[in-house]
Amino acid sequence: MKTVTMTVNGAQVSAETEGRTLLSAYLREGLGLTGTHIGCDTSQCGACVVHVDGKAVKSCTVLAQDVAGASVRTIEGMANADGTLSPLQQAFQDCHGLQCGFCTPGMVMSAAALLTENPVPTETEVRQYLEGNLCRCTGYHNIVKAVMRASGQDVSGIYT
Amino acid sequence: MYDFQLLKPETLTEAVAALASGEAQALAGGQTLLPTMKQRLADPGTLVSLTAIAELQGVHQSDGCLVIGGATTHAEVARAAKASFAALAALAGQIGDPAVRNRGTIGGSLANNDPSACYPAAVLGSGATIVTQAREIAADDYFLGMFETALGESEIITGVRFPLPLKAAYVKFAQPASRFALVGAFVARFENAVRVAITGASNNGVFRWAAAEAALSADFTAEALDGHRLAADDMMSDLHGSADYRAHLAAVMLKRAVLAAV
Repeated sequence: MKTVTMTVNGAQVSAETEGRTLLSAYLREGLGLTGTHIGCDTSQCGACVVHVDGKAVKSCTVLAQDVAGASVRTIEGMANADGTLSPLQQAFQDCHGLQCGFCTPGMVMSAAALLTENPVPTETEVRQYLEGNLCRCTGYHNIVKAVMRASGQDVSGIYT
Repeated sequence: MYDFQLLKPETLTEAVAALASGEAQALAGGQTLLPTMKQRLADPGTLVSLTAIAELQGVHQSDGCLVIGGATTHAEVARAAKASFAALAALAGQIGDPAVRNRGTIGGSLANNDPSACYPAAVLGSGATIVTQAREIAADDYFLGMFETALGESEIITGVRFPLPLKAAYVKFAQPASRFALVGAFVARFENAVRVAITGASNNGVFRWAAAEAALSADFTAEALDGHRLAADDMMSDLHGSADYRAHLAAVMLKRAVLAAV
């Protein structure tokens, strides 16, 4: 076992790891941050997306020891400081961008990475960026709408 | 997955030494190797992470070539090669999805040589050179078959050197679930020659299509490919596409690539 330290949502944290401990397991089991979901565990579904040093990654396909010392942001770090939903999270609620909610943490983290890279994406750009995030409930339209709304765009023309 | 020891050297010399010990295997972005290990199809006793080695990172131009560090991510290639080699940047920007592109590396892809991967088409199609700590390997000598390469046991891809074509393009028919190429065609036009590489089609992995190269060298138009078709004999056949379908797709993708070449 090896102690791995990193910065998660602004706080320095440590947990014991094996070589094979995945970042997703480190977050969920080591730190109790169960907002990061494990859907497929094969890097297909994107429910486990978190940011490592500002970049979206699938935490089920990253070794915890390989990102020791990194700065990680998870869905638990997305709300405003006062606990209210961030504009992106609020847009998911307002646009009904979730149903069962299982994919939502990964969707929000991927969408947040997109909006950092590209603050005003087109509908096509949103759909392309979310290619690695699977949702089995919504049919995606309301998720796309939520991301567009969060970027301050008029969404009245999108799949009403 | 079975447990293992993870080493994370900061220099190439240390990484080569670590790999020399028996059961060790190099780990780049891990986007293929980790899922493979989860299925217990690989069981290395030691993984040597290449992500902390600065000399394996980055994209720069040297002697009219584009040189890409072996551990450079797809996302970084998509960004940094845009101005100098747009076709390569576009190819890198279509691999997997954004999160996969933030981890997966060019060296990892080439060392794995998946028969449906995109990078092998760019490397073979532009006649690039694979650089390791020990030697340089021409693309024509590197790809030996499905998941087989000329790399030795503890050889690490330190970089890839791409000559810059006058025009090039890559077009793939993406397998809708995985985004791997069901079939992909890379075409590159140089002053004296045209090169064509097809991925996703053959049982032997990426290959050059000599007849199409000859036709395009004489006349670089989509029409020049009329009547050209690959034999289906050696093509992969699975639930996503029959051998005949793949042979047909190769010609279609190549025509589109010629039309898209800039």
